[in-house]
Amino acid sequence: MNALRRNVLKSAAGAGTVAVAVAAGLLKPTMALAGAPRTAFEAKTVGDALKSMGASGAADSKDITIKAPDIAENGAVVPVEVTSGIAGTTAIAIVAEKNATPLVADFDLTNGAQGFISTRIKMGQTSLIRAVVTAGGKTYTSAKEVKVTIGGCGG
Amino acid sequence: MAEPMRIRATMAGDVADVKVLMNHTMETGVRKDAKTGQLIPAHYITDVTASINGAKVLDAGMSGGISKNPYLGFKVKGPKAGDKVVVNWVDNKGDKNTAEATIG
Repeated sequence: MNALRRNVLKSAAGAGTVAVAVAAGLLKPTMALAGAPRTAFEAKTVGDALKSMGASGAADSKDITIKAPDIAENGAVVPVEVTSGIAGTTAIAIVAEKNATPLVADFDLTNGAQGFISTRIKMGQTSLIRAVVTAGGKTYTSAKEVKVTIGGCGG
Repeated sequence: MAEPMRIRATMAGDVADVKVLMNHTMETGVRKDAKTGQLIPAHYITDVTASINGAKVLDAGMSGGISKNPYLGFKVKGPKAGDKVVVNWVDNKGDKNTAEATIG
């Protein structure tokens, strides 16, 4: 029973990868500018995700503010707002540490865009939300825990 | 499919506050259909770009971890009221959508 479930999940993941690869092929012109490579979105652990973003050694920073609820009743919609007070912020990435795909999104900011991003994410379970900020070629990070009552990733 | 996208852009001092609401199911590919038990195929936005008066201000990559009907808020220093904001997205199936608004 469990083995079967594993196989189903595996094949689904395979199909997903192909679709992503196709999309990445179509997206080449814009992808060149994106901060995190598409592979970072396929990482299954926080460590791998940070590594493929080149943010393994990110320094903790108090200048990053993450605004998110302490307790999210519905994991399918968790509002998250990241403000970076670090001068010269060029990118902000949002990572939900215990999600199946930890890297949720990354945002490259150019031409006067401020160190601010507001969005809504899904969370599978209670976990840390980590913001990774790139400024002046260096990476900085900060995290905030959000407790999730009902997960929003599975069915 | 490609349904309308809503953009609201307002000036707050010298910073343009842009809010975008996209219409998309954002299926992760790991959810199962409650009736058939089959996995629902992944279908989510992978890339969003925004530009103001032709200059790119935001280039975002997304996973299925962004909530259904994605909301995105960002701030840009420099533009003036009347400038044009254009937002584009592309999903993992190659569907795309574009919308524009004027900063008010």
